[in-house]
Amino acid sequence: MNVLLAFLFLIQQSPDSLQSDTTKVIEVVRPAPPTDVIAMDTPNDEGESIALQWTISKDDGDGLNSVILYNVFRAPSKEGPFDYIGTVGAGRTGYDDQDVEKDKVTYYYKVKSQTKDKVESEASNVASAQSFPQWFHHGRWNYLIFGVLFTFFFAFYLSRAKVKGTKLFIRKIAGLDAVEEAVGRSTEMGKPVLFCPGIGYLYHIATIAALTILGKIAKKTAEYETRLIMPNYDPLVMTAAQEIVKQSYTEAGRPDNFNEKDIFYLTQDQFGFAAGVDGIMIREKPGAIFLQGVFYAESLILAETGHSVGAIQIAGTDRVTQLPFFISACDYTLIGEEMFAASSYLSRDPVMLGTIKGEDTSKVVIIAVIIIGTIMGILGGLNIGPFGTWFLNLVNWFTRG
Amino acid sequence: MRRQIPLLLTFLTGVAIIIAFFIPHRPFNEVQDILIDWAIIITGFALLLGVHSLLRKHITHIQRKDSGWGFSLILTFFFIGVFVAGIISAFQYKGYSLTPGSSLYFVYDYMVIPLSATMFALLAFFIASAAYRAFRARRLNATLLLVAAVIVMLGRVPIAENAFFKFLTRFSDWFMFIPQMAAKRGIWIGIALGAFAMSLRIILGIERTYLQ
Repeated sequence: MNVLLAFLFLIQQSPDSLQSDTTKVIEVVRPAPPTDVIAMDTPNDEGESIALQWTISKDDGDGLNSVILYNVFRAPSKEGPFDYIGTVGAGRTGYDDQDVEKDKVTYYYKVKSQTKDKVESEASNVASAQSFPQWFHHGRWNYLIFGVLFTFFFAFYLSRAKVKGTKLFIRKIAGLDAVEEAVGRSTEMGKPVLFCPGIGYLYHIATIAALTILGKIAKKTAEYETRLIMPNYDPLVMTAAQEIVKQSYTEAGRPDNFNEKDIFYLTQDQFGFAAGVDGIMIREKPGAIFLQGVFYAESLILAETGHSVGAIQIAGTDRVTQLPFFISACDYTLIGEEMFAASSYLSRDPVMLGTIKGEDTSKVVIIAVIIIGTIMGILGGLNIGPFGTWFLNLVNWFTRG
Repeated sequence: MRRQIPLLLTFLTGVAIIIAFFIPHRPFNEVQDILIDWAIIITGFALLLGVHSLLRKHITHIQRKDSGWGFSLILTFFFIGVFVAGIISAFQYKGYSLTPGSSLYFVYDYMVIPLSATMFALLAFFIASAAYRAFRARRLNATLLLVAAVIVMLGRVPIAENAFFKFLTRFSDWFMFIPQMAAKRGIWIGIALGAFAMSLRIILGIERTYLQ
């Protein structure tokens, strides 16, 4: 019996009711509890976590349709006492207990459903499990296999470039070829060059790529004796940039032309930074503007202001959503991987170019996997052979982890 | 040695993070947390460098009376003002300086947010001017861009409820989910591989520009 009748007698002690007491009967109906509760060690974690799963209550979205919550209870023994540890909403079929105190100790769980009137069901069956830490994340085999494969390609082309000195072909990247033209134009016009690293931090790979490009640009500005201005969003990026530019000026034989104050901190407020850089563009009227790094909504504000002052603009970012803005407003745009290839492209170092070749070979592998997956998907959709199952297995293998 | 030690540290840190990604067991899983804690501490101190850089630049402007030195004066004045407001609020609210009612909250609510919102609002005008230039149908590419943009805009914001606009809505959805998403994913794959190659170059010490 899932239904329990309870009788509550409420006697209203008002002057009127003194003459005739009113008796009210309320029927409390308990919801059905969740069933088939199972507990297991959370897979691929550092331990101290147990995952619970259950079948939803018959009154969750059906039957009485009164269940709004599931309350989870835990105990150190099967007999209890069970302590409340957490709640999940209706429709949910699982709960992760992340606060398991000790690994390799059995814990017991039960679950109760609850209505909006805070009426709880009977307890579910009791499930038990122990937590363990894992030595390998089995959901990440795909990353490991492809990581090793791609690393092998890089190592192969690196060794070819290093040992055999093979000259590798790299296609022209218009945005990088235009760097010299942009700095030269600024020099001819007697205007400074502005380099904006965006609002990324030093741990963003795009910011590091931007700093490698900065090194090459700084060398050019040092050779042409053109002023290089760089406002910064992050003080660590500023410090790294100062060192890089200083080194570039030294390598170009113009250490005395390096001005540390031209590479300065602005603010860590996104639109404050945009306003500050816009102000510098309007006041200094740079001949060339490099927008390289991580950008968000401020990308178009910067690029359009740069366009309005007549500067030649070369942008580059790995933020796909900002690329259309840069392509619309700038003269050249380095699209994602072109930006990461910039240091290799500009240095023309065969070892560095070897990694680009490895990247291209990896791309061929990815294209092959996509083509094979597409063919399997089509054949599976047409119910030909076991391709449908193979396709699903392939998709599952790539999406887990 | 000046270069070898940073390169060795970079290599060891990179390898430790890769191992931690595949091995969730202690102590490997703690490496990332420890490094994040270090990064937070370093970032806190680095902010002092930023403040030093900002104030040095603007105080020099004021001292030399360079062109626009008045703006530097305003910046320095407000920097000190907000700093003092922050300290007073932190004392008043036991460290929670951005509690509603504090003077720093007032500055944030009535100055920082409206100014940021104003800058963000300017984006609408910049989008219009950039779109005008990009959509001028001078070349085949620009014409295709114009046609695609008009279809997507009318599909996303239909001006009437009839069969034609319903078709445009369906077509723009198809356009965004199939060809647009395919192009985007192509770029993402390139970016992921580029970032992978760059990371390997850094971990192996081939890419050293950032260590100058």
